[in-house]
Amino acid sequence: MTKTDKIRKGDVRTATRLIRNIENNIPEARSTIRTLFPFTGKARVIGLTGPPGAGKSTLIDSLIALYRDRDKKVGALLVDPTSPFTGGAILGDRIRLQRHAEDPDVFVRSLATRGALGGLSKAAGDAVHVMDAMGKDVILVETVGTGQQEVEIMNHVHTVIVVIVPGMGDSIQAIKAGILEVADVFVINKAEREGADKLYQELMAMLNMVDSFPGGWRPPVIRVGNLFDKEIFEKNIAELSNSIDAHYRNLVENDLLGDRVRRKVTAELNEALQFSILAPILEKLIAEGEFDTLVDKLLKKETDPYTCAEEVAKKYLRKQPLKGVAG
Amino acid sequence: MGERKLRIMVAKPGLDGHDRGARVLARCFRDAGFEVIYTGCHQTPEQIAASAIQEDVDVVGLSCLSGAHRYLFPRVVELLKEQKAEDITVIGGGVIPDQDFQMLYDAGIKEIFTPGASLDSIVEWINTHIKLS
Repeated sequence: MTKTDKIRKGDVRTATRLIRNIENNIPEARSTIRTLFPFTGKARVIGLTGPPGAGKSTLIDSLIALYRDRDKKVGALLVDPTSPFTGGAILGDRIRLQRHAEDPDVFVRSLATRGALGGLSKAAGDAVHVMDAMGKDVILVETVGTGQQEVEIMNHVHTVIVVIVPGMGDSIQAIKAGILEVADVFVINKAEREGADKLYQELMAMLNMVDSFPGGWRPPVIRVGNLFDKEIFEKNIAELSNSIDAHYRNLVENDLLGDRVRRKVTAELNEALQFSILAPILEKLIAEGEFDTLVDKLLKKETDPYTCAEEVAKKYLRKQPLKGVAG
Repeated sequence: MGERKLRIMVAKPGLDGHDRGARVLARCFRDAGFEVIYTGCHQTPEQIAASAIQEDVDVVGLSCLSGAHRYLFPRVVELLKEQKAEDITVIGGGVIPDQDFQMLYDAGIKEIFTPGASLDSIVEWINTHIKLS
């Protein structure tokens, strides 16, 4: 049986190893993804993003329980940051999900960012494909704890849920660009806390300023209340899942699903180009010590980054037009 | 460009809520450049084995201060074996009397670290004994 067959049959060991080989940039992994690609595109992919400690993992835990009640097979990808100093990482999101650990229809995989800045790991897109090909009906993707700018998630999912909590800053924070703009659904988590009503009003005011929404979809704001009050919490989670479904229906009815998929494919092409063109050059520069030489020159102010880039482009991309390559 | 990283799961099986040591270890492994999956306290061997497989770890480090290591540690090894994941190395630590060492080794626990073991010695053992896949 080929790896592709095993993964399509849902084999966890083969799937998780493939994800690891993608993380490690093993060339053979790319060819397996190639053979899996035709079998992807069936799963519903849902992303959760928001600041650290907002409750993303706990919401994912509840959503997994809800989808399992509906007999859906679930995959979850959890991204946590890599240390910029040691390259190590503590991947701790799984703690919240352990009640599903023994459920064979739930596959949870943690990923470290490994230096990626968009809130995900570079392997995240392909890891979604792997889970999709495994036959997962729903794939939940959790970003690292985000600030304002980590919007990569929107390139990989059908529905982006932005999770925010009361007490994170004054109202001006809400009208800034970035993460709040990519939300399809807002969750005000820990809504029993002081400041939740004010936050709700501020979000409403922010949304009221928008002239028109694509497909007429105005992101709903769901308040998720006290985790320890089971009745309220489950009601709120059901409301959240209804909003996720409604958003997906809206994409389909307004012919916007294609745009989302296009966005995803565009991002993947970008990444593949980086991998095939930029990465080998960078690797060569580093291996030959040229990279360090350039850094030394920069430190001595003998050159500037743009000149360096142009020289590198001249050397390695000489058959291509040079302007634009170096920016 | 490829960079292989060691993945290790730090897990606390059984009724044992004392995870200061496990957290210190998780931090130390992070600083050694490993990717550390921490699953928290009160885990069953079944949860630990399933998580280790899903996360594709090279090593499972079990920490137990409750005295139940004689059952819990071998059970994790057994479950991994049942699921054809015996290539995952299991090591353990905690409050473990000397007379239990042989029994744990025989059950497939590859190394045991008790109070007083330096963090460096644990990292060194892992770096020496684990081949990256």
